[in-house]
Amino acid sequence: MKKLISGWSLIKSYTLLVYIWMFAPIVAVVLLSFNPQQFGSFPMKGFSFRWYGELLHNPSILGAFKNSLILGSLTAILATSIAVPAALAFVRYEFRGKDFLNTLLIAPIMIPEVVLGVALLLFLRWLQQPKSFMLLLLGHIVLTLPYVMLVVQARMVGIKKEYEEAALSLGASPFQTFRSVTFPLLSPAIFAGMLFSFTISFDDVTATLFWATASQQTVPVKIFGMLRNSISPEINALGTIMIILTISLPLTAGYFIRKFARES
Amino acid sequence: MTKEKDPAFVKYRRIVKRFGNVIAVDDVDIDIPEGSLVSLLGPSGCGKTTLLRMLAGLETPTEGDIFINGKRINDVPIHKRNLGMIFQNYALFPHKTIFDNVAFGLKYRGVSKEEMQERVYKALELVRLPGVENRKPSQLSGGQQQRIALARAIVIEPDVLLMDEPLSALDENLREAMRRELNNLQQEIGVTTIFVTHDQREALSMSDKVIVLKDGIKQQEGTPAEVYNHSANHFVADFLGHPNFLPVIVGEEQDDHMVVQLENGKTFLATPSTQFKRGEKAEIVVRAQKLKMAPRAEFHEDEGMNYLFGKVKDRSYMGGEVSYYVELEDMSTLHIISFVRRIPLERNDEVFIKLNPADCRLIKV
Ligand SMILES: Nc1ncnc2c1ncn2[C@@H]1O[C@H](COP(=O)(O)OP(=O)(O)O)[C@@H](O)[C@H]1O
Ligand SMILES: [Mg+2]
Repeated sequence: MKKLISGWSLIKSYTLLVYIWMFAPIVAVVLLSFNPQQFGSFPMKGFSFRWYGELLHNPSILGAFKNSLILGSLTAILATSIAVPAALAFVRYEFRGKDFLNTLLIAPIMIPEVVLGVALLLFLRWLQQPKSFMLLLLGHIVLTLPYVMLVVQARMVGIKKEYEEAALSLGASPFQTFRSVTFPLLSPAIFAGMLFSFTISFDDVTATLFWATASQQTVPVKIFGMLRNSISPEINALGTIMIILTISLPLTAGYFIRKFARES
Repeated sequence: MTKEKDPAFVKYRRIVKRFGNVIAVDDVDIDIPEGSLVSLLGPSGCGKTTLLRMLAGLETPTEGDIFINGKRINDVPIHKRNLGMIFQNYALFPHKTIFDNVAFGLKYRGVSKEEMQERVYKALELVRLPGVENRKPSQLSGGQQQRIALARAIVIEPDVLLMDEPLSALDENLREAMRRELNNLQQEIGVTTIFVTHDQREALSMSDKVIVLKDGIKQQEGTPAEVYNHSANHFVADFLGHPNFLPVIVGEEQDDHMVVQLENGKTFLATPSTQFKRGEKAEIVVRAQKLKMAPRAEFHEDEGMNYLFGKVKDRSYMGGEVSYYVELEDMSTLHIISFVRRIPLERNDEVFIKLNPADCRLIKV
């Protein structure tokens, strides 16, 4: 007798359903961002970049975008500038309290963002300072530093000490050794760390909601605000841009890490 | 007035190195004449690498002084020491071309571009690898990388060349060829060289002088023949390969020999030594290659020779030679290495073993 539905095909259709459930909303957002009508419904009646155009003429969204870009870039640069010497110290040198310090720098990964958000805000209150861009920047550095640290440290462990020792023995000073050997070998991880850091900063809502002011909004916080009024199709376009950025940047970072792992 | 030239170009004086509670090097003196190749030989963990790294400036001695060419260098930072270091895993810079790798040290020596090129190409020729300058290290084989590491170290004309087990990462047949090449090159350019190894064959075949170490303590130093034929103690004799030890009680000197008594009461003749008193416990050390063995049926006694009797327990071919383990009458075992006989000895064959007293050296226990 022929079985109508085998167990295997059940699993397959179940898997398919899970995927649809996960990705359908995202696909819908992307598709609807190209829908010319105000109230989107399927099937779409045409294809246009209308909402992308509107975005370009919405100064508050452009402002948020600019904020996000500046904030993300500065976060990436500063977090990496802290992470590189720290990783160097943690991997190459022995000192007291090393494990404790290392744990401390990685800890924000494990602390709920809400707690981080509130904590930093309370700290600011205690200092009697108003919310500002500096607060956002500081907060985002704290948020992203652990990830950059992990990436850079992992790479640093992989760079054999002998490379540096060889350079020193050949007459390069410690600084010249760092510049001509350690840094180039570390640079893919530095680059990857910056991309991760930028992406996390660019994408963060929870903690940023606590820190942002009316004039210092980031794109996700802006979207969150827009949703409270109405669901404008502009949000779909904005969302699509966010998706592209937050997927492509970590992929690029991953590519560099892998490429480097192969080379050495 | 001309100053007397110190024969030791590199000198370690009373060097101690501690890592926490571990004593890696314990009160070691070493003299290395200019232009010679000196091996530091010993088992893993005996402090060879640490001694080398202290000369390189990668570790600081806990106590003692190091001199190069009469100048104390303890406080000279590594990049000002002008030494060529070769690492076990070559440590070629993976992101730089072969040219840039070899030229690396010249960049910090104010060498003009033309001279740099000339010297790099000359060094590549010296290690017999011309034409690879545009490749990356990963595009070379292990043996080739080793040569580039060598070129990178000698192109700066270092005062001393330091090599830490440079051949151990190569496979067996390549190692032998590379060993000869290293040896020839060192002779050719005449650079003072320290060679770290745990392989006694490497040390014996390459060195002007061998320094045997154990647990951070210098056991013996001397020419390869000296340390091999006149090992200072049980450890050195054992480490340099295939010894047999026979515990004895020292008797007295007779003619050209020292009369000693084996544990089974038998009398033996050994090479004379002034270092032993009558009645003292000692050991005879005799190399496996020095023992002569034949079937018991062919036994005949020559004047002034030592004899032992036993039964072949085990044998294994090693190409042109055979390695035998013979169980003696007192159940102890002797190791004998001999050329392949016309009629090979089999397991359980009764044999006699002849020992020339000249090959039976006494050492302290
Ligand atoms: N950086 C270090 N920290 C602690 N102990 C060390 C260090 N380097 C070497 N040692 C110890 O010192 C001893 C000698 O080591 P090493 O010089 O590397 O020996 P070898 O090269 O002869 O194998 C070993 O017991 C080793 O564990
Ligand atoms: Mg070693």
